Amino acid sequence: MSHLLAQLFPPSVLRPMELGADASILLGGLGIVLLLTRLRRWGWLWREWITTVDHKKIGIMYLIFAMVGLFRGGLDAVMLRTQLAIPNNTFLGPEHYNEIFTTHGTIMVFFMAMPFIFALFNIAVPLMIGARDVAFPKLNAISFWLFAFAFVLFNMSFVVGGSPNAGWTAYAPLTELRFNPGVGENYYLIALQISGIGTIATGVNFLVTILRMRAKGMTLMKMPLFVWSVLITSSLVIFAFPALTVALALTMLDRLFGTSFFTIAHGGMPMMYVNLFWIWGHPEVYILALPAFGIFSEVVATFSRKRLFGYPAMVGSLIAISLLSYGVWVHHFFTMGAGAAVNAFFGVSTMLIAIPTGVKIFNWIFTMWGGRIRMTVAMLWQLAFIPTFVIGGATGVMLAVVPGDYQFHNSYFLVAHFHNVLIGGVVFGLFSGLYYWWPKMFGYLLSERQGKWAFWFFLIGFWVTFFPQYLLGLKGMTRRIYIYPHGLGWSPLNLISTLGAYAMGIGFVILVYSVVYSWRHREPDLTGDPWDGRTLEWSLPSPAPEYNFAVLPEVTERDAWWEMKQEGRSGKVRAEDIGAIRMPRNTPVPFLLGMSFFVAGIGAVFSWWPIAIAGMLFVIALLVSGWFEEHDHHDIPAEEIRRTEAALGRLEG
Amino acid sequence: MTVQAHPAQQTQMPLEFRDSHETLGILGFWLFLASDVVLFACLFAVYAVFHGRVAAGPTPLQIFHLGPVLTETVLLLTSSFTCGIGIFMMRRGRTKALMAWLALTMLLGLAFVGMEITEFTTDVATFGTWHQSAFLSSFFTLVGTHGGHVSFGILWAAALLVRLWRQGITQATARRVYTFSLYWHFLDIIWIFLFTVVYLSGKIT
Repeated sequence: MSHLLAQLFPPSVLRPMELGADASILLGGLGIVLLLTRLRRWGWLWREWITTVDHKKIGIMYLIFAMVGLFRGGLDAVMLRTQLAIPNNTFLGPEHYNEIFTTHGTIMVFFMAMPFIFALFNIAVPLMIGARDVAFPKLNAISFWLFAFAFVLFNMSFVVGGSPNAGWTAYAPLTELRFNPGVGENYYLIALQISGIGTIATGVNFLVTILRMRAKGMTLMKMPLFVWSVLITSSLVIFAFPALTVALALTMLDRLFGTSFFTIAHGGMPMMYVNLFWIWGHPEVYILALPAFGIFSEVVATFSRKRLFGYPAMVGSLIAISLLSYGVWVHHFFTMGAGAAVNAFFGVSTMLIAIPTGVKIFNWIFTMWGGRIRMTVAMLWQLAFIPTFVIGGATGVMLAVVPGDYQFHNSYFLVAHFHNVLIGGVVFGLFSGLYYWWPKMFGYLLSERQGKWAFWFFLIGFWVTFFPQYLLGLKGMTRRIYIYPHGLGWSPLNLISTLGAYAMGIGFVILVYSVVYSWRHREPDLTGDPWDGRTLEWSLPSPAPEYNFAVLPEVTERDAWWEMKQEGRSGKVRAEDIGAIRMPRNTPVPFLLGMSFFVAGIGAVFSWWPIAIAGMLFVIALLVSGWFEEHDHHDIPAEEIRRTEAALGRLEG
Repeated sequence: MTVQAHPAQQTQMPLEFRDSHETLGILGFWLFLASDVVLFACLFAVYAVFHGRVAAGPTPLQIFHLGPVLTETVLLLTSSFTCGIGIFMMRRGRTKALMAWLALTMLLGLAFVGMEITEFTTDVATFGTWHQSAFLSSFFTLVGTHGGHVSFGILWAAALLVRLWRQGITQATARRVYTFSLYWHFLDIIWIFLFTVVYLSGKIT
């Protein structure tokens, strides 16, 4: 019994900060339970959300989780910066600091950015291509619930058992059992494995959706550019994620089942892990960045009231980036010593990526050229992105210069660079998309005024945080150090950087406040097209009805909805064109599947094998039951659709 | 979900391709297989790097016995053939024959997995566990992953048999049998690479 308690609650989860977090989680959880009970919303939660297979609702659920991830990852960042604000600080101890930079990175990549892009995939793609759902709605729900339960599994590590502490990259041999006892790394390995299965399924799902379910007349070269970016991203996902699956699985086998992949004494090789990780890891950078590029391409055209400049070049550069991204992974470890020839190859291939990226930057600028630009919040993020990303890209090229990299490697110069591209590229893009598609999701706009406050706090905070880090890197400060002495010339820059991080935190708080404020003071957007948009999602009411399109649209031009508006068409439908629509039916299986994986995951984390086996048996039972599922759809009668459309004012005549 | 193939085409096509919604599943399955190829490619790469790193453990030459492996190969290749005949029978609408060939496929698969388990347990009993060397770790992981796939396929075939028995050949069951056959042939191809890269090369060096 005492052994079990020691395993569940090692000293690292009993620090005052952790106990404080436990208390707030407990209170928050209780509050939610009470609120749902009081409002009698349990049935609603089950019917409308937990069992849903509707891509629009799944998108919203991804978004909620992404925001929680952003909160936790951001809180971790603020704690790290607080520790580094002044020399010889004692806010966090060394072990604690290791845990927090590990969870910060892992959460930001896997449990903030990934669900955020999947949220926007789900919300926008079917509506943009004129489809009624994704190709495999139930699989889509399964992907979500695997992610959601993996999210919970990963985030509970600091409450029960202890956090992972080997960095978000989890390099061997730091993760090997003899150097890293305890269950923290198990949480990392198993949670990422579970959400990774869902990610590959999402990749397959959106590839099939885009390849096979576009509206009549929408050829590949008439797709909105965001849809192109999702197509390319999904192909990156299915060809890159298996490498991560293998990297994680081999580490797990080493830790839990006694293999010797990464232990040198038995002929293993830690660099094998590093290679596998980055064969996934570099394409992953573009899995996050390309959707952001797609969002910017939609936003810039809409708010410049112009067609996107150089559409074919935009498509070509997306494809070029995706292909090049598989040939650059060694640039993450030039210092491994692979030799001059290998390093030269990967240095040059890395620099090549700047070319298609540069093409995109110019095309966004030329789209704005001569356009009538509206300074909405979505557009502000786009405008901030261009110079920010150019600088991030340029420092990336500096890192790709191999002799230079021997100096920059693992310094704060690198830290500044990847935050520069991942925040300046990905997060700015996600915020832009959030403001752009929010009315489509919820039927009202976010406050533009508050949005601009959040924007300026976040943007200025961003530069104040990360520009000093470039200088710190050049002054020799290495990443992942938890403490530094006086007199190295690092102190003022670190303090400035920390102040910037607080400003970003304030920006996030304003954003959250703005979401709540905008909801309480919402004015329904009855047009469905508040931005005078160009693509098909804006031809629908906001939020779109369950079946999206009462009558499937036909497309003749690239910016289909814009062309329809130019021809004086309204998007309304004729009652006689409406027929019955077959839609997928709600199912609890995806939720239960996620839960079973969670149980199996807990069993594996603590090596409680009966529980792990029981969880996997549930998984198999649910899969087999799915093979016999026959009534997985329902038909909405034409009359009901006519009534819905009439109520939305969308019937002609 | 409402895309329809041209009516004239529909009658020409095999059953599993007639309903355009069902064919989404076929394309999706091809893409899953593409992803699975990368998974195996990574495991092959790991094996290729580690096959000579035997530490104090046995070498490939000591551990591989081509006799049983050849039998396994014959079993699996034959099962791919019987699976093909099953699809041939499905195209002719002969439910019973399809079920019989599918059952035979499943049994051959079972025999294959049985032999592989025997091989593994004998290896462990003779030479010790995979802890000993990176070579053993990567060998058991690569071959075991394939074996795990085959075992999952056996479970899948069993479920298909039950469904065929209850419903016969419909568009839905035909599509599922067809995707199963893709999976099964895919595992066959992986095995051919395993046989060459792991076992045959192991005997040469």
